[in-house]
Amino acid sequence: MATGPESHTPPGAPGRAEVARATAASASMKTAAPELSWRRGLALSWRLLLRDWRAGELRVLALGLVIAVTSLTSVALFADRVRQALSTEANQLLGADLVVIADHPIDNALSDEARKQGLNVLRTVRFPSMTMHAQSTQLTEIKAVEPGYPLKGRLSIDDGKQPLTKPVGGVPATGEVWGDDRLFTRLGVKVGDTLKLGDRSFTVTARLIEDPETSISFLNLGPRLLMNSSDLPSTGLIQTGSRVTYRLGVAGPMDAVKKFRGVAQARSSPGQRVEDVRDARPEIRSALERAEKFLSLSALLSVLLAAVAIALAARRYLTRHLDGCAIMRCLGASQALILRLHVQQFIALGAIASALGAALGFAGQAVLATLLQPVVGVQLPLPGIGPVLQGFGVGFVPLLGFAIPPLVALRRVPALRVLRRDLGVPDTAGIAGYLIGLAAFASLILWEAQDWQLGAYVLGGSIATMAVCALVTWLLLRAFTSSRRRAGFAWRFGLANLRRRPLATVTQVVALGVGIMALVLLTLVRSDLLASWKRSLPVDAPNRFLVSIQPDQVAPLAVFFREHGMQAPPVFPMVRGRLTAINGTPLSSARYADDRAKRLVEREFNLSWTQTMQPDNEILAGQWWSPAHSGKPMFSVEQGIAQTLGIRLGDRLTYEIAGNRLEGEVRSLRKVEWDSFRVNFFVVTPPGVLDAFPASYVTSFHLADDRSGLMDQLVQRFPNFLVIDVAAVLGQIQRMMDQVIRAVEFVFLFGLLAGGVVLFAAISATHDERVFDAAILRTLGATSRQMLSAHAAEFAAIGALAGLLAAIGASLLGWVVADRVLNVPYTFNPAVWASGLFGGTLGVLIAGLLGTRRVLRTPPMQIFRSA
Amino acid sequence: MTVEIETSQRRKLEVETAKVGASAIVRAVGVSKQVDTGHSKLTILDDVSFAIAEGEAVAIVGASGSGKTTLLGLLAGLDPPTSGQIIVDGVDLAALDEDGRAALRRRMVGFVFQSFQLLPALTALENVMLPMELSGVDNARELARDLLDRVGLTPRIEHYPRQLSGGEQQRVAIARAFSGPPRLLFADEPTGNLDSSTGEDIIDLMFDLNRERRTTLLLVTHDESLAARCGRRLGLAAGRLVSGDRT
Repeated sequence: MATGPESHTPPGAPGRAEVARATAASASMKTAAPELSWRRGLALSWRLLLRDWRAGELRVLALGLVIAVTSLTSVALFADRVRQALSTEANQLLGADLVVIADHPIDNALSDEARKQGLNVLRTVRFPSMTMHAQSTQLTEIKAVEPGYPLKGRLSIDDGKQPLTKPVGGVPATGEVWGDDRLFTRLGVKVGDTLKLGDRSFTVTARLIEDPETSISFLNLGPRLLMNSSDLPSTGLIQTGSRVTYRLGVAGPMDAVKKFRGVAQARSSPGQRVEDVRDARPEIRSALERAEKFLSLSALLSVLLAAVAIALAARRYLTRHLDGCAIMRCLGASQALILRLHVQQFIALGAIASALGAALGFAGQAVLATLLQPVVGVQLPLPGIGPVLQGFGVGFVPLLGFAIPPLVALRRVPALRVLRRDLGVPDTAGIAGYLIGLAAFASLILWEAQDWQLGAYVLGGSIATMAVCALVTWLLLRAFTSSRRRAGFAWRFGLANLRRRPLATVTQVVALGVGIMALVLLTLVRSDLLASWKRSLPVDAPNRFLVSIQPDQVAPLAVFFREHGMQAPPVFPMVRGRLTAINGTPLSSARYADDRAKRLVEREFNLSWTQTMQPDNEILAGQWWSPAHSGKPMFSVEQGIAQTLGIRLGDRLTYEIAGNRLEGEVRSLRKVEWDSFRVNFFVVTPPGVLDAFPASYVTSFHLADDRSGLMDQLVQRFPNFLVIDVAAVLGQIQRMMDQVIRAVEFVFLFGLLAGGVVLFAAISATHDERVFDAAILRTLGATSRQMLSAHAAEFAAIGALAGLLAAIGASLLGWVVADRVLNVPYTFNPAVWASGLFGGTLGVLIAGLLGTRRVLRTPPMQIFRSA
Repeated sequence: MTVEIETSQRRKLEVETAKVGASAIVRAVGVSKQVDTGHSKLTILDDVSFAIAEGEAVAIVGASGSGKTTLLGLLAGLDPPTSGQIIVDGVDLAALDEDGRAALRRRMVGFVFQSFQLLPALTALENVMLPMELSGVDNARELARDLLDRVGLTPRIEHYPRQLSGGEQQRVAIARAFSGPPRLLFADEPTGNLDSSTGEDIIDLMFDLNRERRTTLLLVTHDESLAARCGRRLGLAAGRLVSGDRT
């Protein structure tokens, strides 16, 4: 029976009333009871996570996370240990981790504070005094030490019995002293002789061979003598007005040292300063910083790879869960609940995988350290907890940064998708989503870099590479449209596949591009940079400095060198002066808060003149002078000192030199490579400005180990020379380089592992679609060979493109980092480009085909059923 | 909010209301749906009105493209109509936001889809448990076991969807749909992906459960034999309601 509205008698008004009730009821529904309590929600998230895990849904993501965190943690831990070891090693030159130096006895409160921090404390007293033996007297640098000296490094002596190293902690016994070579030569003493020092006589019981503190101090005038502190009062040498330096050395855990440094600086008084090896030696500071940057760069690239891998895996996971979300919506889950359940799942997953990764990383670095111990040759200190936490964070930051935006988008999956599969997936999150991901990525890189400049370059380079990859891929995909008709089946189908999912293709190329870039940087660019660094300090780098050369000794010195079959090294004039005013404003140390600035203002320092700039200097601002500027008062100032004292280009400086004033303009600011071991000066003028002032000369040269006897002849021939032996410092830096190079090489292996995960994750990103396509092709009668070639075409295209762009990115970034951060020369290496292109193609091709092997073996029906 | 309804539509509603009495669980009043194809607007549903009483079994029939599935989506609150009103259990869907409609579904709606829509990462048991878990039901596992037992799948509760045949997957979907327990069951071509004998079994099962649990059934089908088992059929042609036969 056909029914129509018109065949019934309208019953009256209930319709309107009903609608009104419906509206009222709807209003009350908006505040319907909360769907799931937090506790139940957490429990459900956990169950869903376990179910996903059991079903194999989480494997790629969890693997990515674990490997990323493992590699990063082990690299960071290892780098941290090497960094600590380098510092510790360098501190041996200082004899302590940190010293407080004062012109008055150092307050006991400070040493008590150091002990309270768990540090070992040791006091030394240094002063110049005359020593007497037979009828000769000699001005000597006396150092009185407590048992336990030195806190760091070692003291070696020759006591005539066994020319061996005394164990650390051995100091001269009461009534005994040890003197150095020069004292022995100048006073003509031997082991067993008696020396007079102030009111007391001492027996010389050994010749001092190596004393940590002395290798570091350039102002080591005269011969040296080591005595026991407890004998000091009996000499009666310390009187009011004596020129005495009191030193309080501390050593212990890095954190405690750092804390103590803060306390000591806060309590500093006039004439008291705090110094570590970096303050004491610019060469060490420079080399250490560079070493740390190399380590940071390597660790940073691992982070980059890890972040990319995690981002890709998170994206894949979410794509696979789109349908699930639509079903849950259909089953009545609110958008907020879906978001909550997924975020909780991700947090739980992130926590577990990161904890596992951090634990594995810890174990990994222990193995690494054990393996490398004999190679590095240093006892590696125990790692700090910092890198473990950092590794943990590295798992989380990209996971949440890259997963949350698509998760938010998942909320918007239309529930109608359950009825209409063709309904589009919401754009993963729009611009805001990418910005959040990018921000997470940026914060991670900057955090890990701990050096904003290095971090910024690596970040900028990565983003630029990603942007170029995206743009070029998009343009090429458009270009393929017109050209694919002419290609064979494999290329036509392979390239059509790429074009059919442009977003996935662009993402793949971008991820692979940045991944390959990091790998290329870690391999080729890294070895180029390290080689370049090593070249900057060749084996024949100067290891001896000669100071106090008088003008009339310059020519005889050159003759001396030639007579001994050596090339005469260049000599540099040196005039001592004090900076008294900047732009007419008189300077006083009170104006500066910085210790170093105070010292620089208080003391005289060396000025020099030259027409041509030293090859290891670089003008940062202003201009070097021409011959026409000869005789015109102007200065070129080293940038570090300029920064410390607040000197800018164009400022007028006033120097007081031997009672005269010299005023001139700052014409340039220079960067100086202090670790080149060449003679360098903070302040330089053109020739003809300082000539009238009393000058002495300085030079540096390399003395081969087997010619150390030459120095005795030199000192005999020129007794007024001050010879500074920097072989210990130089050797230290060269060892440091080797250690860093080995450490970085090892770090690279982890980079490779992380790179492998990127590759795997990038290829799995389109795996599901490829499986489905393969099933259809199979059904239509395609052979394995045809499908394999189509896949090969697709992977080769992606690999070649990503590889080439990555190589370009790596070259440019390598150049920028070399030039701006590491300060080593960089030459473009064509091998980088070739290996990027071929390595990328081959790597992606092989990984891709291995990954799709299963696709070809699975019967189509099975695929259709699970689709 | 005051709702103004045109006289003709109100009249239609009043007629339908009279037919199904005060127990109407679903009402459509002048429902239209248009989609923007980019160049023009395509009308999929045009001024459709009807009412369904609690406990009824209604088939929405019509040729492919007549708008059946779209209508089902609108009635379930999965998509909003372009114009018109849909009232489910006395609640105007238009007055609810996305989450409000989801809450309504959670409270009283069950679904059976042509393509089953089971979550691939969950076992049969877990798929049935899911809606109960989302509602915070304590003994979800036991209830799900019972339901799977009822649909004859006890030996396969730990299997994943990919390990089940189409008929078995649909049984899981039916068990899930009845887990609410729903007062209103929407089924979209429930036998569309099944062979005829399996389809028969599934239909028997669905109608049995429908009777046992006094559920209102609204199913979309082009299968005449299936439509014939429903108490009423709503015929759609080109987006318009052309018949409202009682069988």
